[in-house]
Amino acid sequence: MPDHDHDHDHGSELGEMPLRVRALETILTEKGYVDPAALDRIVENFETKIGPRNGARVVARAWSDPGFKARLLADATAAVNSLGHVSPVGSLLIAVENTPRVHNMVVCTLCSCYPWEVLGLPPVWYKSAPYRSRAVRDPRGVLADFGVTLPADTEIRVWDSTAETRFIVLPMQPPGSEGWSEERLAELVTRDSMIGTGLAQRPAAVAP
Amino acid sequence: MNSIHDLGGMDGFGPVEPEPNEPPFHQPWEGRVLAMQRALGFTRMWTIDESRASIEALDPVTYLTSSYYKKWFLGVEHRVLEHGLVDAGEIAAGRALHPGKKLARTLTPADVPGLTRGSYDRPPAAAARFAAGDRVRTRNLNPATHTRLPRYARDKTGMVEAVRGCHVYPDTAAIGAGEQPQWLYTVVFAARELWGDDADPTLTVSIEAFEPYLEPA
Repeated sequence: MPDHDHDHDHGSELGEMPLRVRALETILTEKGYVDPAALDRIVENFETKIGPRNGARVVARAWSDPGFKARLLADATAAVNSLGHVSPVGSLLIAVENTPRVHNMVVCTLCSCYPWEVLGLPPVWYKSAPYRSRAVRDPRGVLADFGVTLPADTEIRVWDSTAETRFIVLPMQPPGSEGWSEERLAELVTRDSMIGTGLAQRPAAVAP
Repeated sequence: MNSIHDLGGMDGFGPVEPEPNEPPFHQPWEGRVLAMQRALGFTRMWTIDESRASIEALDPVTYLTSSYYKKWFLGVEHRVLEHGLVDAGEIAAGRALHPGKKLARTLTPADVPGLTRGSYDRPPAAAARFAAGDRVRTRNLNPATHTRLPRYARDKTGMVEAVRGCHVYPDTAAIGAGEQPQWLYTVVFAARELWGDDADPTLTVSIEAFEPYLEPA
């Protein structure tokens, strides 16, 4: 894919923002308010450690362990924190389950609330006006933008994240993946399937 | 505050445009802004709600034409000026002209691995007024300051689906009026209640509503 053309941004930002941001960081550092080495560590964490792989592991465990799934749906914060290999999450994470009857989708119409600990940083579209304006009124139209069509009688439930509660969608396990290891199952779990703007991948999509 | 950030239900913004293989940051400065926001949040100079309020206070044209991290940058710049941590002369000069103020704490590299989301649960001062299954009506509130009750869900009848505990109240925390913890509920509405008879009959929408937003229906 060619270089992203950044059409979400105001064109003049490209030259202006690096300078303004560097100047502010210089001032804050000189005044002892921030430590650039700590800033480096934060950026590095988001680039390497915190991302949707964490959420995919949670979903894969729920698909393969009914007891864990029950605990996840009852108290997702406690259930995720019981998994040693996933970074700890704060209160209050809520997992919502997709079924043949109901499809869940998560949005933050007021800003950009998103479960960072399990999904990483939100994508640009999640924070953008088109998604935030339409998700609560025309979710089927939004799904069409993602190439997803649901049966006409599937109920759609949209969760507007208007407080410090955070939501992760537990997508339906795709047919043909029964009995797979958690590691392989996690490969089927996309970020968008955990926001509700996508479905888990079919096994054929990741077959070796 | 009825400003441009409250986007739910608006028309005219076009299609959602997913970007394949999107990187965490498109430009290095975006990561620095996020990190400054996190590091300054750690100092407890302001609340997360005050951070949101400073972005919501941007004028509508700036809000809609600035990228996400530019909005964050403008919010950080506004808050450091507002709290007297930095003055306008320093912003203009691009360097410190005066010694820094003493802060309650600052973030060190060793703190970063343990940096998790803050906890917003608080002990309740009273029993919850509503229970799951209760019908409620949202109040028609239009404060000039920060609120988390979106316009599309004001003066609407819905049902309490879950009680989520007692939490810091953003409406007061954003304006320096304290945490004033309130019960929080998931309240679900039929799309027809929100958008009229032409709405998708298969759609329900929920908000996370603080108790002062609600009255019995």
